[in-house]
Amino acid sequence: MDTNLLFIFILAVIVGFEIISKVPSMLHTPLMSGTNAIHGIILFGGILTLADAASPVALTLGFVAVVFGAANVFGGFMVTDRMLQMFKKRK
Amino acid sequence: MGTVWSLVIIGVAVLLMLGIKLLGSPKTARWGNRLAAIGMLVGLLALPDAGGDPVWQRDWNLNYLLIVSGIIVGLALGALGAYSVKMTAMPQMVALFNGLGGGAAALVGGLEFARAAAVPPSSAAAMLFATLIGALAFTGSVVAYLKLNGKLERPRLFRGQHIVNALLFIATLALGGWLTLHATGGGATALLLLLAALALLFGVALVLPIGGADMPVVISLLNSFTGLAVAADGLVIGNLAMLVAGTLVGSSGTLLTLLMCKAMNRPVGNVLFGAFGSGGSGPVAAGALAGKSVKSIQADEAALLLSYARQVVIVPGYGLAVAQAQHQVCELAEELGQRGVEVCFAIHPVAGRMPGHMNVLLAEANIPYDQLHEMEAVNPVMERVDVCLVIGANDVVNPAAREEPASPIYGMPIIEADRAKAVIVLKRSMAAGFAGIDNHLFYKDNTRMLFGDAKASLTALVSQVKAS
Repeated sequence: MDTNLLFIFILAVIVGFEIISKVPSMLHTPLMSGTNAIHGIILFGGILTLADAASPVALTLGFVAVVFGAANVFGGFMVTDRMLQMFKKRK
Repeated sequence: MGTVWSLVIIGVAVLLMLGIKLLGSPKTARWGNRLAAIGMLVGLLALPDAGGDPVWQRDWNLNYLLIVSGIIVGLALGALGAYSVKMTAMPQMVALFNGLGGGAAALVGGLEFARAAAVPPSSAAAMLFATLIGALAFTGSVVAYLKLNGKLERPRLFRGQHIVNALLFIATLALGGWLTLHATGGGATALLLLLAALALLFGVALVLPIGGADMPVVISLLNSFTGLAVAADGLVIGNLAMLVAGTLVGSSGTLLTLLMCKAMNRPVGNVLFGAFGSGGSGPVAAGALAGKSVKSIQADEAALLLSYARQVVIVPGYGLAVAQAQHQVCELAEELGQRGVEVCFAIHPVAGRMPGHMNVLLAEANIPYDQLHEMEAVNPVMERVDVCLVIGANDVVNPAAREEPASPIYGMPIIEADRAKAVIVLKRSMAAGFAGIDNHLFYKDNTRMLFGDAKASLTALVSQVKAS
């Protein structure tokens, strides 16, 4: 396997740990919901798989993957935004 | 692969990292989420295909029709879920979205494996990993969703379940390992289906025995699993944005899971492999409480105590949300504030159905977030508090966590309501909390119980405070 990819992977692991380490527990629910939306990037994978699908089975399953991925990414960001718009400071 | 896409990837990765970072502070959280969403959109519009050309510039054929319609259908379903869900049902929604992502990751990994003619073991391993973990996250999340919706409330454990789970795990691993090394021909596809089926089954078997109180930890863990599956898919497809985003979610999700376990004072292995409340601590607690009785109080008297207090701390629990009384508690806090009483809310890290869930629910009722204090900030000054008002919370204020080494919650950090000068507990009945254990707080000399539905009690309190 390409060592560059391994390098990127390890860096991303460290960054992921670092940016979360000091988050107050009051934001854990939006944070979980927000990172949940980010793994909706699987939509990219679904699109690329479906783009080259040939058999009816592959087309069907690829279509399901795109629907799932799109629901994950769009729904995830929307629901997180809905939660966060309610966090207000004292007037 | 064009330089344009390489630059786009760097931008997308930076936006995602900044987004997660900004999500960590209440002032910037909304912008963090938006930045991440913008990054995702940019990546989507610039997405290149396997040949390096932008996906959206190809000729239109059946595949592209399916892609576009799939995105529209997913967008509609996601928006419908996101805007119709009640805030109290947020943990379920997160579980459901996570399950969808896991399912998509499994499908992508599986389809790539089935299509590839000859795969080097390293790629095969990544494809199979995505299939296995994605499928597990899919069924696991669906079971978690059903449990939180109350459709599968009780932990289900049959004799020897741990052994069955272990066998399933070993079988799945063995099959995955064998497929990695012998990934050729039509026979491999059949075995791939078997692997996916085993992983789906394992997801169910893993989550089914876990109790509802531990579900948030499970969802967080499955969230990080999905992230890792997505990262593996990114390796397979050669899409660096997917690799970076998936890995970020995988590592931050793992840390978040550990933080939650720490807040509940339970090791993660304990959550996954030990059903809660199986210890026989009930009789001990009952013995200690024998002969003691609780003292009840009426709304008018409680209102007097509150209106003439200098400092009041409100401890909300999930019972408050169940009674849909967030707006009443906000009204009470405002009314007391106008009378010069210093009011703040003390939020336990695991109040609600998920860490931070209570903050979302109170924010929905327009309570400003700087009035919400964390447990660590309130406990040191609890002695100076005149009245601690506990609403629908139970285990998180149970002094047994400090005093009873035999108690299943012993060692869990709690809000030390019992150290306030007076405690008023709003509670429907004397039923035990989620952990199913007695609460010594209710029997203390300075505690008064205000029985009834939280919403009705709070409404009565508000009108009595106004009248006094």
